[in-house]
Amino acid sequence: MEALYSPWPWYVSGPLIALTMAVLVLMGKRFGMSSNLETLCSLSGAGKFTDYFRVDIRPRRWNLLVIMGAVLGGFIGANFLSPDDQVAISDHSIEKLNLLGFKSAGEAYLPLELFSAEALSAPLVWGILLMGGFLVGFGARYAGGCTSGHAISGLSDLQLPSLIAVIGFFAGGLVMVHVLFPLIF
Amino acid sequence: MKSLLFLLVGVFFGIVLFKSEAASWFRIYEMFQFDALYMYGIIGSALVLGVLFTRWVKKSGVRSFFGEKITIRPKEKGVVRYAVGGTLFGLGWALAGACPGPMYVLAGAGYWPILVVIFGALLGAFAYGLLKKVLPH
Repeated sequence: MEALYSPWPWYVSGPLIALTMAVLVLMGKRFGMSSNLETLCSLSGAGKFTDYFRVDIRPRRWNLLVIMGAVLGGFIGANFLSPDDQVAISDHSIEKLNLLGFKSAGEAYLPLELFSAEALSAPLVWGILLMGGFLVGFGARYAGGCTSGHAISGLSDLQLPSLIAVIGFFAGGLVMVHVLFPLIF
Repeated sequence: MKSLLFLLVGVFFGIVLFKSEAASWFRIYEMFQFDALYMYGIIGSALVLGVLFTRWVKKSGVRSFFGEKITIRPKEKGVVRYAVGGTLFGLGWALAGACPGPMYVLAGAGYWPILVVIFGALLGAFAYGLLKKVLPH
């Protein structure tokens, strides 16, 4: 039981993510989370603005159920399976984050400097979260997939487009963390 | 019945993402700093098994649990959309510390500010829909 309540090691989590993909494929579907963003746009009436969102969402309903489940899974994971949810990242990362002003590094699951009620009193934090989300949503749909669709599903099928996308994911992430973080924080 | 199965797959996936810490902003930062192999271990091990599984599905011609033929569609050819879209995604992934799976997991875990990220992601997907025709692909 102890092992269940501690963070799950990578060699358990990675295979379980592969298992999630395998089950979805064997259910006749595919493993890709970001297309839900478009489905949610369609549901919210985005079809009034462009035909792109005027689609029949019934064939995509299964994927909405998956993310509804993921919300529930997050609730269960946080409330029943994690008596201690501090993320023990490496000391090097903690030092660098402390220098950037992230005092919660190593002591929380998410940085309290961005993801707490107090943090939201600063307009800059709203801007950061909104911008981060916007780039994720826009980029994922432009690239036709995200971590699940390209980095796991696409690369598993040895797709060159997915490799290009994943190289892009890393190029963008490295620029953000190494070049832009010192300017933003 | 099928609906319940999809919901359960999601619950399982959500628990895995939370407990693996792949939904932690800190782990994403650490990954882009190359300070630990942790995230590379998760993605790498998922990928090795994923490649083996995908090969098996294609070679064996196995049918789905419901007896349908399984088709794994290749991605559309192209470079620009993947390179540019991928890079924009990466910028956001590192800034928000969450990709489109973990976002929902974190909402369930009770980190309410993630709703701002999700709203931003919806705006981003909406903007792509509006601009699709004029963007190079």
